[in-house]
Amino acid sequence: MYNFEFEKPSTIADAVAALGSEDAQALGGGQTLIPTLKQRLAAPSSLVSLSSIAEMQGVCVEDDGSVAIGGATTHAAVAADAAGSYPALAALAGQIGDPAVRNRGTIGGSIANNDPAACYPAGALGSGATIVTNTRQIAADDFFQGMFTTALDEGEIITSVRFPVPQAASYQKFLQPASRFALVGVYLARFADGVRVAVTGASEDGVFRWSEAEQALSKEFREDALMDLNINPANMIADLHGSKNYRAHLVKVMTKRAVQATI
Amino acid sequence: MTQVSMTVNGKSVSGDVEGRTLLSSFLRDHLSLTGTHVGCDTAQCGACVVHVDGEAVKSCNMLALEADGADVGTIEGQANADGSLNVIQQAFQDHHGLQCGFCTPGMVMSAAALLKDNPRPTEAEVRKYLEGNLCRCTGYHNIVKAIMAASGQDVSSIAAE
Repeated sequence: MYNFEFEKPSTIADAVAALGSEDAQALGGGQTLIPTLKQRLAAPSSLVSLSSIAEMQGVCVEDDGSVAIGGATTHAAVAADAAGSYPALAALAGQIGDPAVRNRGTIGGSIANNDPAACYPAGALGSGATIVTNTRQIAADDFFQGMFTTALDEGEIITSVRFPVPQAASYQKFLQPASRFALVGVYLARFADGVRVAVTGASEDGVFRWSEAEQALSKEFREDALMDLNINPANMIADLHGSKNYRAHLVKVMTKRAVQATI
Repeated sequence: MTQVSMTVNGKSVSGDVEGRTLLSSFLRDHLSLTGTHVGCDTAQCGACVVHVDGEAVKSCNMLALEADGADVGTIEGQANADGSLNVIQQAFQDHHGLQCGFCTPGMVMSAAALLKDNPRPTEAEVRKYLEGNLCRCTGYHNIVKAIMAASGQDVSSIAAE
């Protein structure tokens, strides 16, 4: 790994200032960034750690019932502390990586990285979450813009993520056991005004909403509503773990399982 | 170079490190605590697991400067005060929970973290918790058995005698 300066500010304002220097990069839990640096795929001049910013830590329930999670909150903390307020999201957090990875990795880091097979992007998009940064609020529908691409500007920090809590929700992850990412993962959330279905691990464009399934399930919430629907495999990821057709098939299977889990 | 200070196995330590110095490198190269093993160096194998403020982390995937001010525990701090093996280490010996021994420090540190939160785990819970600790020798059976035994449970009925 190339060397870099290291800074560990204790406020969002100081972190934003530190990220203003050229080639500075924010460091969440480092569970993706540090391996990336080791491979010399990134060479920032300085790393700005977000781990000591108290105002970016923790899970809380807002007045409107939504659950707000600080951007620097670890997966382990979400798994434990959101279990009462948003169980499906807590369950998702508890399936990321392995226990030691969950003790370091953060929700903000995961969402900012937008790995096409990561779990949190599905949870955020499926819930219709709002990504709160140091400058603005971004709807999840506008935030995720393709594989490893988001609406974040240079030096912009995810300070929290706000989740409206659905009536019922479920994350169904088909685990890729070596990487512990999702081979395909489906997050289904059922709200009073409709169903949202977000899919990770499958598309070359990263996380996406399966709108046909959403419409069908919003009309009639049962597994059979998906019977005649199929995902077009053309845009699916193909690699040694699964072909395009296999992933397209898995999307439907995992969506059905999510319906079963929430019915 | 930046000075980093932390508590390691109850002792205050400090040293000058670069931004890129990993916690595993600081422990091994600066403090000569080579019981923390670096297996894959990609945060997958878990041989480098240590405790930071009581939580299991992969020390090859954390910067030393991120642990500034932290309370760090390594395998060298696991034995009892009189130098005898602690209950988990002893159980690994009694139940032949290792063969080559390379993964063992990480296994013991993960086991200690598990038993702190869940003092009587089921076999399935032990196996699930060890997802991030790879062993290429044992097939895990005796590791799981050792951890079950260390939690005070009867392991006579667990398979692979």
